[in-house]
Amino acid sequence: MGLYSLSVKEVRYLIDKGKISPVELTNAVLQRIESVEEKVRAYVAVNKEGALSKAAEVEDRVKKGSDKTLLGIPIAIKDNICTEGIKTTCSSKILKNFIPPYESTVTRRLKEHGYILIGKTNLDEFAMGSSTENSGFFITRNPWDLERVPGGSSGGSAAAVAADECIAALGSDTGGSIRQPASLCGVVGLKPTYGRVSRFGLIAFASSLDQIGPITKNVEDSAILLNIISGHDSSDSTSVSLPVPDFTSILGKDIKGVKVGVPREYFIDGMDKEVEDAVREAIRRLESLGAVPIEISLPHTDYAVATYYILATSEASSNLARYDGVKYGLRINGENLIDMYMNTRQYGFGAEVKRRIILGTYALSSGYYEAYYKKAQQVRTLIRQDFEIAFKEVDVIVTPTSPTPAFKAGEKTTDPLQMYLSDIFTIPVNLAGVPGISIPCGFSSGNLPIGLQIIGKHFDEETILRLAYAYEQDTEWHKRKPNL
Amino acid sequence: MQYEAIIGLEIHAQLLTESKMFCGCSTRFGSEPNTQTCPVCTGLPGVLPVINRKAIEYVIKTGLALNCDIAPYSRFARKNYFYPDLPKGYQISQYELPLCRDGYIEIGSNGQKRRIRLTRIHLEEDAGKNIHEGTGEYSLVDLNRAGVPLMEIVTEPDIRSAREAAEFMRRLRMILRYLEVCDGNMEQGSLRCDANVSVRLLGQEEFGVKTEIKNMNSFKFIEKALDYEIKRQLRLLKEGETIIQETRLWDAKKGITESMRSKEEAHDYRYFPEPDLMPVEIDRQWLQQIKTQITELPDAKRERFIEQYNLPEHDANLLTEERSVAEWFEEAVRLGGNPKLVSNWIMGELMRLLNRDGILIEECVLRPEQLIGMLRLIEEGTISGKIAKTVFEEMYKSGKDAKIIVKEKGLLQITDESEIESIIDEVLKSNPKEVERFKAGEEKLMGFFVGQVMKATRGKANPKTVNELLRRKLT
Repeated sequence: MGLYSLSVKEVRYLIDKGKISPVELTNAVLQRIESVEEKVRAYVAVNKEGALSKAAEVEDRVKKGSDKTLLGIPIAIKDNICTEGIKTTCSSKILKNFIPPYESTVTRRLKEHGYILIGKTNLDEFAMGSSTENSGFFITRNPWDLERVPGGSSGGSAAAVAADECIAALGSDTGGSIRQPASLCGVVGLKPTYGRVSRFGLIAFASSLDQIGPITKNVEDSAILLNIISGHDSSDSTSVSLPVPDFTSILGKDIKGVKVGVPREYFIDGMDKEVEDAVREAIRRLESLGAVPIEISLPHTDYAVATYYILATSEASSNLARYDGVKYGLRINGENLIDMYMNTRQYGFGAEVKRRIILGTYALSSGYYEAYYKKAQQVRTLIRQDFEIAFKEVDVIVTPTSPTPAFKAGEKTTDPLQMYLSDIFTIPVNLAGVPGISIPCGFSSGNLPIGLQIIGKHFDEETILRLAYAYEQDTEWHKRKPNL
Repeated sequence: MQYEAIIGLEIHAQLLTESKMFCGCSTRFGSEPNTQTCPVCTGLPGVLPVINRKAIEYVIKTGLALNCDIAPYSRFARKNYFYPDLPKGYQISQYELPLCRDGYIEIGSNGQKRRIRLTRIHLEEDAGKNIHEGTGEYSLVDLNRAGVPLMEIVTEPDIRSAREAAEFMRRLRMILRYLEVCDGNMEQGSLRCDANVSVRLLGQEEFGVKTEIKNMNSFKFIEKALDYEIKRQLRLLKEGETIIQETRLWDAKKGITESMRSKEEAHDYRYFPEPDLMPVEIDRQWLQQIKTQITELPDAKRERFIEQYNLPEHDANLLTEERSVAEWFEEAVRLGGNPKLVSNWIMGELMRLLNRDGILIEECVLRPEQLIGMLRLIEEGTISGKIAKTVFEEMYKSGKDAKIIVKEKGLLQITDESEIESIIDEVLKSNPKEVERFKAGEEKLMGFFVGQVMKATRGKANPKTVNELLRRKLT
């Protein structure tokens, strides 16, 4: 196996020991991209020259023995996170040529740690989707089965990590967009607590739900990246000024006596048998490690998807109003101002984005606001309370990440509701604002990865990482690689 | 049949904060287009707003001064609509939970005071500016103003005439300037006012159909525009026509209000709570701290001036209209000036010169201690009251002390009796007819002789001495 297949922790060790150089590593990753990207298509843009020059630039610092965690390590960034001077498209025609004049807070922090931006990854346009099939440019494939989707919306980042086209990646998660593709691609995806990581520079889909997080090859890398991107940011009023613990320091601590809630609403009739078996088996494994499974109830689970699709689309309808052809991005002229607006948005946005803008506009309209938006806010409170009540009794909650393994490209594109249901287990976590992680917990008979979701209390990423790490160390799933 | 007008105002006041509402850009007026902008106020993808705390304080300060209830918990909301000068496609404003509610301003004077109730005061961001003239086939957008903090003050429909509306605005402007939260410049648009106007039969409960009047950028235009609009509505009613609910623009050149051509659609702004901002919590401590920043307001100051300095109401009114004038006055009195005398000089000469030059009291070089210095010279008899006007204007112009001006220009009063006597002799000699007439009993000619002496001395003779000596010589 090449250098590209290593984890952050491993390449850090090799670089620090002088065994490999950032240039070698970057070249290895670029070569890997060259050999498999044609099949996977994880990247909207590979930052080849930028990455190589950055790698050369940091060589000296490496030799001097810098203690920066990511110095010289190639990382992929989802293309809805602004990178100064480098195109950030949201996989949308409307932003196809948009070059941000500023840096997002998360990538600024990665930069301060010396990372190498290896490329910008594909996503469902404006992060709206669960398969990356809604990209305005092209479809990304699941490295485990190129006929299948990688999940979404961070499908590009998850596929890039799974295919070893980067050492690690960042994604964003509004209703499952980190965890679901991580699950479908057999990698680790963490959505931090809402407010843990700054959203400044993340192109907004639904402001009250969006959160940036790492997609990595193992749990330890997830903790390493979380350490760097977390913390209060004066540019984001919704980021919280709580101290950030060293998330790596609790890894390896045993999980004896950790109370693991198993919500009965998440194991429903008709769910994929292989998924259910794998998750049940994972719970038994956790039990064997000392954890204590407890059956719990999250009674408002049924309403989560409907609630989400009102709130997320409402916010989106407003967040996407700025793409009007006036200031930047695509403009298609017309007879007058209104025509210009309509031409630009009609051509610039894809079908799913337009569907959601219309849904959200409707939900906020006078006469409907009370029945939809306001009601949904009330239900959101109930869902959050479900978790608060459950967390009085248990330390974490485990569920399947996705009801099925990766599905075939095109299988659900004609039925948006079917597509929406693939986030049924991840959406409540965003509505409650709590953290959740997806880790590999098995494979289907068709050799497709299955993910286990571990959900934690507000700002208690430590416990879910600790549990995830304990499970991972006790299993081999994360070591499997797709044949490409 | 008797009708009455019903007027409610919606006022927008730009706050005098250094930086914009949600970013660090300067709020300075008149810079090159789009030079005071950043990714946040131009609405680039991915940016987030951060609340300017000072702007919140200014609104609370205003709310307290205008007798409002201050919300302990307030929230921003998005007002969604498309327009090129609105970079995000929504304006961050307030909707359900404004910062202030239920205040009032008193208009009228003693005996006939009326309370105009305020519904609410909230905070929002200003939009940019579209430029259509001289740009050829396209329009341009200047976003310097986008994101400047804007305070919206909404009144109840309590105003009953155009004159009252203008008076309300004068009062409000005075208070805003006192609080130093808004410069009140209506021409430049930092204070703007729209009005909802309707008429109804006197005694009738329900309101008539209202029109919204915009573009009234001076007190004079507010009065003229509303007068016109009230008359227009009454004429329509008299002619049996119906009043249409619409927005009308005041055309100052034509002196009429005109229907805005664009069709009046009921806008659905789809307000919802701004998810990028946390709610604002205003605790007791903060409120207390803001309260201490509020200095004496015009009404209180006026009352105090009457009481403390024994000034006539008219003087007190004029002196307290601007905080800076009142402060100037009090400083002069503190330095030993006689209040009424100081007031006379401010209301007379100083105001005349300030108005002539179109400047504010704080912009002129003349200091209160200089007025006091000059008054002392008059008191000591060093200069005459008449010469003092010349000295005053010179002080106002050059900023020099009265003493120096008197010396430089040779304006010392002539008090030497022998010198004056010889001038009187000259005057009497060259006006024998008048002397005879005076001696024959035409007493009022005394003034003529005094005038002649003053003329001969270019006003420098001590008038008291002149009078005494003349009387002695002539009788």
